[in-house]
Amino acid sequence: MSKDNQILEEFTSKEYEHGWNIDIEADQAPKGLNEDIVRFISAKKEEPEWLLEWRLKAFRAWTKMKEPKWANVKFPDINYQDIIYYSAPKQKVKPKSLNEVDPELLETFKKLGISLEEQKRLTGVAVDAVLDSVSVATTFKDKLAEMGIIFCSFSEAVREHPELVKKYIGSVVPTSDNYFAALNSAVFSDGSFCYIPKGVRCPMELSTYFRINAANTGQFERTLIVAEEGSYVSYLEGCTAPQRDENQLHAAVVEIYAKKDAEVKYSTVQNWYPGDKEGKGGIYNFVTKRGICAGDNSKISWTQVETGSSITWKYPSCILKGDNSIGEFYSVAVTNNRQQADTGTKMIHIGKNTKSRIVSKGVSAGYSQNSYRGQVKVMKRADGARNFSQCDSLLMGDKCGAHTFPYIDIENKSAQIEHEATTSKIGEDQIFYCTQRGIDEEKAVALIVNGYCKEVLNQLPMEFAVEAQKLLALTLEGSVG
Amino acid sequence: MSESTKDISLEKEFIDNFEALESRINGASALPVHKVRKEAISAFQKLGVPTSKNEEYKFTDLNKTLRKNFDFSSPAHPGNISSDLINNHFLPDMDTNKLVFINGIYSSELSTIVSPEDQLLVKDFSSASEENKEELQSYFAKYADYDSDAFVALNTAFAEHGSFIHIPDNKVVEKPIALYFFNDAQEEKSYNQPRNLFVAGKNSQASFIEVFNTIGDSASFTNIVTEIVVNENAHIDYYKIQNNRDSAFHVGTTQVWQARSSHFSAYTFTLNGAMIRNNLNIASDGEGCESHMYGLYLLHGKTHVDNHTVVDHIKPNSFSNELYKGIMEDQSHGVFNGKVYVRQAAQKTNAFQSNKNILLSDEATINSKPQLEIWADDVKCSHGCTTGQLDEEAMFYLQSRGISKERARVLLLYAFATDVLENVKLEPLKNYLENLISERLHKDF
Repeated sequence: MSKDNQILEEFTSKEYEHGWNIDIEADQAPKGLNEDIVRFISAKKEEPEWLLEWRLKAFRAWTKMKEPKWANVKFPDINYQDIIYYSAPKQKVKPKSLNEVDPELLETFKKLGISLEEQKRLTGVAVDAVLDSVSVATTFKDKLAEMGIIFCSFSEAVREHPELVKKYIGSVVPTSDNYFAALNSAVFSDGSFCYIPKGVRCPMELSTYFRINAANTGQFERTLIVAEEGSYVSYLEGCTAPQRDENQLHAAVVEIYAKKDAEVKYSTVQNWYPGDKEGKGGIYNFVTKRGICAGDNSKISWTQVETGSSITWKYPSCILKGDNSIGEFYSVAVTNNRQQADTGTKMIHIGKNTKSRIVSKGVSAGYSQNSYRGQVKVMKRADGARNFSQCDSLLMGDKCGAHTFPYIDIENKSAQIEHEATTSKIGEDQIFYCTQRGIDEEKAVALIVNGYCKEVLNQLPMEFAVEAQKLLALTLEGSVG
Repeated sequence: MSESTKDISLEKEFIDNFEALESRINGASALPVHKVRKEAISAFQKLGVPTSKNEEYKFTDLNKTLRKNFDFSSPAHPGNISSDLINNHFLPDMDTNKLVFINGIYSSELSTIVSPEDQLLVKDFSSASEENKEELQSYFAKYADYDSDAFVALNTAFAEHGSFIHIPDNKVVEKPIALYFFNDAQEEKSYNQPRNLFVAGKNSQASFIEVFNTIGDSASFTNIVTEIVVNENAHIDYYKIQNNRDSAFHVGTTQVWQARSSHFSAYTFTLNGAMIRNNLNIASDGEGCESHMYGLYLLHGKTHVDNHTVVDHIKPNSFSNELYKGIMEDQSHGVFNGKVYVRQAAQKTNAFQSNKNILLSDEATINSKPQLEIWADDVKCSHGCTTGQLDEEAMFYLQSRGISKERARVLLLYAFATDVLENVKLEPLKNYLENLISERLHKDF
């Protein structure tokens, strides 16, 4: 027991490794939110009239909505008038190559170990780096452009491909979908836009690194991915954030639109600042992620590794509208100290012979609360729908909690739905097996947890799998259950 | 607009009714029971009748249903059913203690107690509230939570009739205790709110059976609360049989409290009714408790059944197991919500939960929400939930051996139901249910 405590203590006292702060003069909007702020943001970004109208519509819907309270998380009320809704790093000239980019920014990325040059040269990943809401550099764009793939910041897309943005924005997550989506729609600062033309298989992983920088700034990202008929894309998103004392709100929206025979794979490693040992500071991560398999035989796959944020509240969902479409959700959520996570997915079966698969692995340690909340809904006309869900929870220490809230709503008799969930700690016999073979206890735990998460980690693209494993190993250090 | 004004009136109907009750019972208002009633009605006033916006009643909008079908402005009428009308509703071939309730009111003339008095004390709730003040005070409304559930609050506020059953320490009640609730809907719609309190002493053993029936074609509504106190090392089985009329609405809450090393098993069989809501809440408040929950619902027509169960593991080293199965035909609607709580102190808990459903019609719906909430680390908990149809391979296997498609279907459905049925410990009751179910499967499915 005492050893357990000691090790747990060590584990829980671990400081956030990626915590530092770089001073970039921010071009900020005044605190608070009203129609003028929405107009300010829109004007600042030189947006067309229709987008301003769209934002205002969302803002008006938002003012009529109430913050939802149903999630299994607790936090002090957010004062939405005490947030700065727009801040951009100052840049005089738009950079054409990395040499022109603010060296301080590049330094930030280097600290994170994702130097753009390195990425560009060695890994072949095109990175659209988002620092404090404005895209700073986009690489490999020309190469992608040759194939007709558009991968750029959201504001650039609004300028250069307004017809596409106009057509698809809000088509999966409508402006009034939920409180945080409405807020995002009204004030989103930037984000990424990705368009894969018909029949094109994107040759590389598209990746965006998000990073919150200026204090007191909410981050409102918006990502829109459109995959035309028969196309394929794998998209990566990763987050790290510097240490803060005040809670920061992050309310992103991700929309994926997959047409006939298209396939989109969306992977996330989320490692926002989780707050200190007492749960002070840390990011509120309230995200709306949704994809629609609009065409027949399309497929959307979500993979997420959630280790950061003081509060995570997100449900990457799939609307399986096209016949034979497939939705997948793979998740590892690790919470420690005072972290709270309420995450899961929604699979809405509308088309015939649609399939979905959910694999969720939760690990809770310290004083954290980890909840899985998911819905599998089979509509009346969704003949032959098939779902398999598995949600496992692992508890480390007796002060944390693991919760499972699956909703299974079936209206069609031909549906075949399976759900199973287990909660346990690491078996003593498993550890004993390892230790008697000369593997020390700590390594044994790492081994077991890695095996426990393997099913999900295997879904990640190579580059991310490495980072995710590093993150897990870091989190697990010294955490013998 | 009209919706909301009506809304208020449903609650107001009950509150006016409560005032009428207060003036009627005048002399008895000094009783401790009445203090609880008052607290309950003010809790109800705050809660209101739940709509589908309430997460716990999301799929079962009783507010709308009750408003549409009932008028609660006048007090529940006592009912009058002649004995020959109820005679064929008793469980066959069973030698039981027979307690008969007409519109929730205990009828000593129609009841027969066969167990000796030193084994079993049966009292009508109203006389117990005067004669057994102390016992009632220490148990009544201590477990059923009227602060958060509107129907428990309502029942508590109107707790007047029902039963008080006490089994002394170290006694085994050999004959099952069957409670028959008859609603008189012969001339007009009726509603009633019976309240039961079963107290099982240390090392005692007994089986309870609750059977619900309606006489007459009008609509009936029952809002029943049964509190069961299972003391140290007692073994209690509890059966609930609902094969009621198409016009019978039912909300039932069974609240169980278990002390150290006690065993409790609940069996809920739902075969017919209009809209049924069963709440089964077990607090496992001692080490080494064992709790079993079995449920079977065979639904047809427009029957709507909502089973909510809660097992709350408070102390270490307990075990709970839950198995609920359902077959849904026609436009029927099944709802299952099973909660397993494991508190921080409840280390070494083993809790298992399983919900399996077969949908036989595209008009039928199932909403299942198995739920685990765990705050202790050294536990083994799991739940599983499946929804599907009959296994095609099994069907083929049977057909290839010369069994007709229809027969094969019934056979497989029967096998599906047997999983739950075989756990029934009372042999005659098992036979009775077996017949009922196979008859039903042959007729409908």
